Amino acid sequence: MSVSTPVACAPVTYLLHLADNALILGQRNAEWCGHGPIIEEDLSMANNALDLIGQARLLYQYAAQRIGNGATEDSLAYFRDVPDFRNYTLLELPHSAPLAATARGDRDYATTIVRNFLYSALMVLLWERLSTSTDEQLAAIAARSLKEVQYHLRHSRDWLVRFGDGTDESQARAQAALDHMLPYTEEFWTDSAAEREAVATGVGVEVATLRADWDMLVANTLAVATLQRPAASNGYVSQGKQGVHSEHLGFVLAEMQSLARAHPGASW
Amino acid sequence: MHPVAAPTPHADIWAALDALTDPEIPVISLREMGILREVREGADGVTEVVITPTYSGCPAMSQIEDDVRTVLAGLGVPARVVTQLAPAWTTDWMSDPAREKLRAYGIAPPQCAAPDRPGNVTAVLRFVTRPVSEANVPCPHCGSSETTEISHFGSTACKAQYRCLACLEPFDYFKPY
Repeated sequence: MSVSTPVACAPVTYLLHLADNALILGQRNAEWCGHGPIIEEDLSMANNALDLIGQARLLYQYAAQRIGNGATEDSLAYFRDVPDFRNYTLLELPHSAPLAATARGDRDYATTIVRNFLYSALMVLLWERLSTSTDEQLAAIAARSLKEVQYHLRHSRDWLVRFGDGTDESQARAQAALDHMLPYTEEFWTDSAAEREAVATGVGVEVATLRADWDMLVANTLAVATLQRPAASNGYVSQGKQGVHSEHLGFVLAEMQSLARAHPGASW
Repeated sequence: MHPVAAPTPHADIWAALDALTDPEIPVISLREMGILREVREGADGVTEVVITPTYSGCPAMSQIEDDVRTVLAGLGVPARVVTQLAPAWTTDWMSDPAREKLRAYGIAPPQCAAPDRPGNVTAVLRFVTRPVSEANVPCPHCGSSETTEISHFGSTACKAQYRCLACLEPFDYFKPY
């Protein structure tokens, strides 16, 4: 694959932030493969994960080319550790109610759907803006990713409405998932050094400018779904995109990276 | 000394590449899919075959690249495959004959190009009614426009699952991208 280096270049840490988001959520959603609540949703999550991991690959390939020094998409995905990852904390959480450390809970599809909705609603806005980035390679990746995330938003939004405006059980679980996950979206709006640098060099998007549209999208959907937005709190704002993660990311990486680390350079 | 062999004309390369079909949809060629974009001469004089990937995670893409390389090697042409992301692949590049082949194969061809935009997600899929924003997808078997979406996602990244309410057959719908 030959890629020419564009004139304007996004900071590598900014590319890794976008790539890590896609990879970690893709890895999480892939956990449903073979375990979906119904076969159509099993296929949906497999497709969703495939799209996200595909987006991550394009971003890692571009980042690796920029880093040089023998970096590859695989070295970036499999041979970096927890503090190197720049994904939102929201995306590494298990598909279950709040859990500490090694505790295990049943996977809850309402949690999956709520997270996919909150993230897709952001990425539809972000990819659209990045599709006109002055970094041509990033813009090309964004234009493709936008088409895919529009389907992810549609899928998660429809299911969120079904759950919220569904049975007492589905309503309660969707509301609990929303109460659990929405506070983590505060991280979307606090900018990181990488985001500030991307804005300063003209290739990135100031995240705060997306907030009004995102809020409206969320409010409209929750209204149709008869769900309540939890009251804003002044609690801790997660900092995954700055490399400060929850205890859950280590377990995700352990599973995802173990094969590549046990057999470095293996191919099939 | 033998003269250097004349480079294979691009038309010959195209003719050979035209035999390549989509690994998942063997009735359509890569050219008809809009994946094979261009055969050109690179800056260093080496022939380049330009392909544009479909879905970011489509597993068929590496197979497609391998297939193109095999054909080029069979021609004995020193050539490389160039993956081009922009402009992004779109189902609008699919030719009309290709759409008809899809339909005859049992897959409803893609309709309008763009799915819901962020500002236009008011239509919600309920259990039976068709969302108003969704294009009418005629059944590839009986032609009825009385069809309903079963699931947004199907057997491959590019398809959704539909069912015909007239002939009751389920079918794949190639989603607009």
